[in-house]
Amino acid sequence: MKRVGLQLLLLCLGFLVLSGRIAAQEARPLADDPELEKRVMNLSEELRCLVCQNETLAASQADLAVDLKREIREQMKAGKSDKEIIAFLTARYGDFVLYRPPVRPTTYLLWFGPFILLVVGLGVLYRYLKQRRELTNQQPLSPEEHRRAQELLKVAPEKEPA
Amino acid sequence: MSRFAIPLAVFIVLVAFLAIGLGHDPRTVPSPLINKPAPDFRLAQLHEPSKSFTADEMRGQVWLLNVWASWCVSCREEHPLLVELARSKTIPIYGLNYKDKRDDALAWLSEFGNPYLLSATDTDGRIGIDYGVYGVPETYLIDRDGVIRYKQVGPLTPGVLKDEILPLVKDLSK
Repeated sequence: MKRVGLQLLLLCLGFLVLSGRIAAQEARPLADDPELEKRVMNLSEELRCLVCQNETLAASQADLAVDLKREIREQMKAGKSDKEIIAFLTARYGDFVLYRPPVRPTTYLLWFGPFILLVVGLGVLYRYLKQRRELTNQQPLSPEEHRRAQELLKVAPEKEPA
Repeated sequence: MSRFAIPLAVFIVLVAFLAIGLGHDPRTVPSPLINKPAPDFRLAQLHEPSKSFTADEMRGQVWLLNVWASWCVSCREEHPLLVELARSKTIPIYGLNYKDKRDDALAWLSEFGNPYLLSATDTDGRIGIDYGVYGVPETYLIDRDGVIRYKQVGPLTPGVLKDEILPLVKDLSK
């Protein structure tokens, strides 16, 4: 009896696994070769869809995106490297298709601008803090000012609404 | 005074950058094909599919290649301008019928007029990819040596034609 139960369980599990397989096959990738499709998707993640602009080629279902993915797929099948395919696309659509623009004189500002801004910002902050410290060191409060400050600090809580 | 001068200067610079940015059309992508040889193709002609058309046979002429399709709404917008330009015989206009059905394309031309000396059919859009087409209509001005000299993405306008294309045509035809 126990054995039959186990067999039944295994059978059910088998069906589960099988049905899972069948479902997975229904949502089959476009190419027959999943490895190739993975490569196509990986590369098209790096590329911009020209029609929708803010979408990757991988995510886009625009007509042109589908065509370009077909082109990429075929070139990969023909044994082209990712680099060659990217060169093919940039020759036609420009660096604009790349989500990671190449480092060259025209894009220096894009690549290094944020770091320059960071350094400038740090410099300004440093100077400001230094100036402030010097100011407080050079002009300490007079006894009269000190007394007024104390008074204000004392009065302050009473002014707050109950 | 200087307390406000620096933030004001920063603000003005920022506004200037934003203003320039707003003036840009984000849909026009600089084409790397300008001043590069026009990719050659051999495609069937729309009206006579048994005959073919190649870009190379246009060597020695300055010509326009206009990418169009019957499903393309903006093509209707620019079409009267093309028909008019064709009538003036300033420059030969050839069509690249992009990802279209032959019957639809023929019906479209008979309805709106045919400015093209002939149209080549790029049914699966492969030649479109070679030309970096991403938004139909697109228009390419190609010189005698088969070099692309100008590219218009989106519909041609009287302004673009008058200020950009026609002066260039005049120059190239010298």
